[in-house]
Amino acid sequence: MTDILTLSDVSKSFGALKVTDSVSFSVPKGQALGIIGPNGAGKSTLFNLITGNIAPDTGRVTLMGRDVTRLPAMDRVRMGVGRSFQIPQPFEGLTVYENLAVAASFGQGRAEASVTADCVQILQDCELLHRANTPAGALSLLDRKRLELARAMATGPDLLLLDEIAGGLTEGECKALVATIKGLHAKGITIIWIEHVLHALTAVVERLLVLDFGRVIGLGNPDTIMASKEVREIYLGIEV
Amino acid sequence: MQPTVTTRTRAGTITAVLALILIAVGLALPAFASRSLIQDLFFILTMLTLAQLWNLLAGYGGLVSVGQQAFVGIGAYAMFAGVILWGIDPVLAIPLGGLAALLLAIPTAFFAFRLAGAYFAIGTWVIAEVTRLLIAQWKALGGGTGTSLPREATSDIIGVEAIRTLFDVREAAARDILAYWLALALAVLTIAAIYALLRNRLGLALAAVRDNAEAANSVGVDARRIRWAVFLIAAAMTGLVGALIYVQTARISPDAAFSVTDWTAYVIFIVVIGGIGRIEGPILGVLVFYALQTLLADYGAWYLLTLGLIAIAVMLFAPRGLWGLISDRTGLQLFPVQRRLTGITMKGGKT
Repeated sequence: MTDILTLSDVSKSFGALKVTDSVSFSVPKGQALGIIGPNGAGKSTLFNLITGNIAPDTGRVTLMGRDVTRLPAMDRVRMGVGRSFQIPQPFEGLTVYENLAVAASFGQGRAEASVTADCVQILQDCELLHRANTPAGALSLLDRKRLELARAMATGPDLLLLDEIAGGLTEGECKALVATIKGLHAKGITIIWIEHVLHALTAVVERLLVLDFGRVIGLGNPDTIMASKEVREIYLGIEV
Repeated sequence: MQPTVTTRTRAGTITAVLALILIAVGLALPAFASRSLIQDLFFILTMLTLAQLWNLLAGYGGLVSVGQQAFVGIGAYAMFAGVILWGIDPVLAIPLGGLAALLLAIPTAFFAFRLAGAYFAIGTWVIAEVTRLLIAQWKALGGGTGTSLPREATSDIIGVEAIRTLFDVREAAARDILAYWLALALAVLTIAAIYALLRNRLGLALAAVRDNAEAANSVGVDARRIRWAVFLIAAAMTGLVGALIYVQTARISPDAAFSVTDWTAYVIFIVVIGGIGRIEGPILGVLVFYALQTLLADYGAWYLLTLGLIAIAVMLFAPRGLWGLISDRTGLQLFPVQRRLTGITMKGGKT
């Protein structure tokens, strides 16, 4: 299997604080990787390094065999990196459909008229079709989360980054979202997913990465990782 | 049925027909309207165009500029320079105004785009003041006291002779008619261009950048480039309007041409009153503004106080302006830009 993403010895500091400390790992094409770690471990920063919103101090980021360390976020989107935000950031003045249309058109560099069928399919997959003409500002939390997912999908990603997309949802809502993500993964999309809701995460991912103080302290099979002493210590008090 | 996307509504079609009729009436108006009505319409049309352009910047682009007077002023002065220094016909010198404004907009954007929100607003204002002070040093164009278009330049403006024969009017009235027609053309062109832009995929990108620039970048929209484009287009068009206004008045001074009250405060008032972020807003706003100005013209400072109070009241009780109020009640959209997905089977069997 070829690797879609490789981080080699990537470090990033904010002032004296080292938020990403010599992180190296690869994600094979088609895999779903979960990232866990306590608050402040540097998970979202890691995402921003992958998407290009932040440039690393040292190290290299390789995407589909190409060194993208200095490539701006926008160009990485066009290379096939889609992301959802931890706090949903819909374009509130636009309808749900328009949110997807702008992502599909600009994320893939296609004419607006040619994206309709794809957007409808994604809306269907993400159970948002009945909200297609609703302004995004009027959506419930679950639908906002779904829209985050749908909009990221509309950019036509080969690599999908999900940032705590299950947070704040009820048990039932979470289940529905997990089913949706599973469906997308089954279509062959590579997924990297940061999540505190562990049962949602482990229902989808094949590999787990544990981050603490900016360092990778565990990477491997989810069952093995969750059984390790170090991880259990970090997660003591947090639902396992 | 295949899912399709449309922006078409019945109100939109009716608007298109009405707009064509209005344009035809507007073109024919000088044949029977009084000179003072033509002058008033010139004022309304130029303010409407400025308001549409500011609305494009602030309402769609999220760029709240308080320095648009820089582009009115530089546009007007470039036209004056063309006439006085190079002997160009005033009407033919109007494009110089657009060009000069475009050139000024490049360094303005370069500096102002480093700022955001209120700082951006103040930054643009400062740049406009600096431009005014620099222009006031230009002795050939009257320095700080200003100057007038020379008699020989205004006496044989291109097209005026033809209008004199056509309507059998005096030269000054013919000049007003020419300026009015140009203002009508500029207003129609501006509104049509903005409407076309919003219906294009760039319109979606613009709305995305306005709502959330970071998220827009994350779906492949180049927020920076879009803001640059909007700023430059609005500046160039504003420069054209500035040049046209001063072809009509034929007298210029730095204080008048770079007036923050006339070219930005009133314009913001028009947009806020009418409804920001919609094409209908400035159209309604300029009519309200004109009515207020006519009613309160004799009350001096009270006029400005009243405008301020009305603006505050509208912001408090109808934050989306008068058009927002009407549109919320009736669902009416004269210039529909929203893409609606049709031909899909929704939950509950609705289509």
